[in-house]
Amino acid sequence: MNSQKKLIVSHAPFLHNGSKISERHLHIIYAALPAILLGGLFRFGIPAIGVVCLSVSTAMLWELIMNRAMQRPVSIGDGNAALIGLLFAMLLPATAPWWLVITGTFVAIVIGKQIFGGIGGNAFNPVALSIAILMVSWKDFFDFNAMLVNYDPDFIMAYPLAALKNFGVSGIEKYSIGDFLVGRQSGGIGATFGIGLILGGAYLMIRGFIRWEISLAYLAGVFVTAQLFNLIDPVHYADPFFHIFTGYTLIGAFFLATEDSSSPVNFIPMLIYGAAGGLMTVLIRNIGAYIDGTVLAILVINLIHPLLDKIRPKAMGKVV
Amino acid sequence: MIKRSFFGFTTPRIQYLPIPGNVTAPAVSKQPENATLLVPCPAGDVDNQLAKKGDRVKTGQKISLAAAPGAYGIASLSGTLSSIDRFPGEAGQEYTAVTITATGEEALDDAFSSKCEPTLETATAFLGCLPGAPSFEAFTDPEKPIHTIIVSGMDADLLVMSAQYTLSFRLEEIKAGIANLKAITGVENIVLATAPDALHGFGEIGASVVAMEAAYPAGLPRLIVQKVLGEEIPNDKGFQDLGVSFFTAEAVASIGRAFADKQLPLEKIITFIDKEGNRSLVSARIGTPIADIFKQHDIRLKEKDRIILGGPMTGHSIFSAQYPVQPNTDAILLQDREDVSLTSDYPCINCGDCVRMCPARIQINLLVRFLEAGLYEEAAEAYDLDACLECGLCSYVCVSKIPIFQYIKLAKHELERMAMEEVAAEETAIEETTDE
Ligand code: SF4
Ligand code: SF4
Repeated sequence: MNSQKKLIVSHAPFLHNGSKISERHLHIIYAALPAILLGGLFRFGIPAIGVVCLSVSTAMLWELIMNRAMQRPVSIGDGNAALIGLLFAMLLPATAPWWLVITGTFVAIVIGKQIFGGIGGNAFNPVALSIAILMVSWKDFFDFNAMLVNYDPDFIMAYPLAALKNFGVSGIEKYSIGDFLVGRQSGGIGATFGIGLILGGAYLMIRGFIRWEISLAYLAGVFVTAQLFNLIDPVHYADPFFHIFTGYTLIGAFFLATEDSSSPVNFIPMLIYGAAGGLMTVLIRNIGAYIDGTVLAILVINLIHPLLDKIRPKAMGKVV
Repeated sequence: MIKRSFFGFTTPRIQYLPIPGNVTAPAVSKQPENATLLVPCPAGDVDNQLAKKGDRVKTGQKISLAAAPGAYGIASLSGTLSSIDRFPGEAGQEYTAVTITATGEEALDDAFSSKCEPTLETATAFLGCLPGAPSFEAFTDPEKPIHTIIVSGMDADLLVMSAQYTLSFRLEEIKAGIANLKAITGVENIVLATAPDALHGFGEIGASVVAMEAAYPAGLPRLIVQKVLGEEIPNDKGFQDLGVSFFTAEAVASIGRAFADKQLPLEKIITFIDKEGNRSLVSARIGTPIADIFKQHDIRLKEKDRIILGGPMTGHSIFSAQYPVQPNTDAILLQDREDVSLTSDYPCINCGDCVRMCPARIQINLLVRFLEAGLYEEAAEAYDLDACLECGLCSYVCVSKIPIFQYIKLAKHELERMAMEEVAAEETAIEETTDE
């Protein structure tokens, strides 16, 4: 008998399409870069760079510490912690203090993700959860008017959503959508540059790294709800475009609501999930107590996601 | 080999490839020195009166190992039986491996040619080991009459082209085979399933023709039957319950040739896919060790390569290149160790790619959590485990590289075993009560 070679034996299928978790997260990070680089770092300078770096690095560090503490394989290579850190920084004002950043990434990684069992187990978007907890605990650090008071650019530096809340539609007459799109507005480090966020989101939707159904349904939800309010009372309630291009709306639609683990995967549930998020966002902004409802709205839809999972197609040949 | 496309917002379709233009006839392999038949018969049931080591056999001779009607193989060489051994198959099936060592001149057996009548009796007695592995068992159950025979001209798996080849180049034999099938079974309604681009020239074939989609997994038997019947098959029903019997095109062509030549054909047509993904056809006698085929076609095997019998999505990898060609070995796929895709122990990240791919509309992202935890009964009850068509697409796309398909097969196997144990336990319980 001829010499026996050792063969690898494993199970079908013997092909894989080559997709990787790290690739997925890396591309989401790429997609966020235009908004951060051009919108945030360029506009807000050194403090913003500091916040972003600290946020990404501490998020990865918390992940590593948790891996060690729970004696699990090191998972920072999958890019998820870095992504969480990056998205978290995008929502912060450029002048956020270091301890707020570190606390925030701790809440996001440890409480938002690792306690649920790590990647894929979290019921809530870790970034939204962390921002919401911090907002409730240290409200003042999310007052963009106070936080960014030292910036004096050539456009209106008052936070648009605060102006709307305080003065109604008459308070926002001086703003222009064009300014919002090119990043001439006050807000979080990565949340001001409309075109950058839209390009990033479009890229992710086309490549299939996020589920387009969620993003578009979310934006549609914001649009329709804001339009209805605006029709009923144009003096108090801003037009839909104002809502779409200010605050966390775009970043919420493309980067937060679409987080894999906390969102549904079937068509109809994705539409309901997204639309409900858009609806909640505008409801909180228009009649709620908070200036921007995006992160809270996302937590609410995270909460209804398991219910939405009950709506699902009948499996092939299922006997009822 | 087939990678994720740039655009990810729609469900990708993986097309079956047509036969390359330069492939016209299979390269014929020499007769091997040893041929091994895997007979579906547990080693414990082998009856020494029927066959034992040292017996002489002629080419085409039926070697029965036990009284059960299916427990036989057809000698593909003339020589002596050099070993009869236990051979555990996949998923707990038990085979007996019968090895024939060629000695002396080739002599043809005449048991089949002497009663070469297309009857059900002859078919069950002789045709079960033909290339393509036709099964006539379904026709022997009067409780469940068969009204439709489906002949598949589609290769179930990707890259395989054995059925396509048969359909393109052996149409006369298929035609004869269909006539024989009608005579054997008395079933008049015969349907030929083919890829859409092969939909021509079947005027006189004696069967109606149905075109399947050209994208995987349309060639899987269950989807073909579903298309022919025009409705979804309930998960608790087999083909037989629906009055349908399924044959591959190669099986039908083999039947046609057997009656025309009055000899059982023994050459299996195999798609060979090399490490670069080039495809060619070889024909080899059933029982030929794969290593022999490699040697003849100058294919070098390296340490830690992977040999897969069947296609890339549904085949199974083998331990040794001495594994023999079987009546249903449609393809041999060789993979370099560099290309072997590995699984990981990452959890499901709920990306939903599998759900979008699954032809059976199973919520795999939820199902997989139960399978990983070993909660098979819950998986079957609430998450549609039984709907799975075993296409492997979920594992193919899983970004976490979870061996989902393997979990599913394991779960089905475990549930089957549990059900069998339950039946056995009930039987003993009944026996005990009647004893008292
Ligand atoms: S193998 Fe996977 S993709 Fe194919 S039917 Fe089964 S669950 Fe669905
Ligand atoms: S493809 Fe894998 S990671 Fe994605 S939902 Fe399916 S099982 Fe989970």
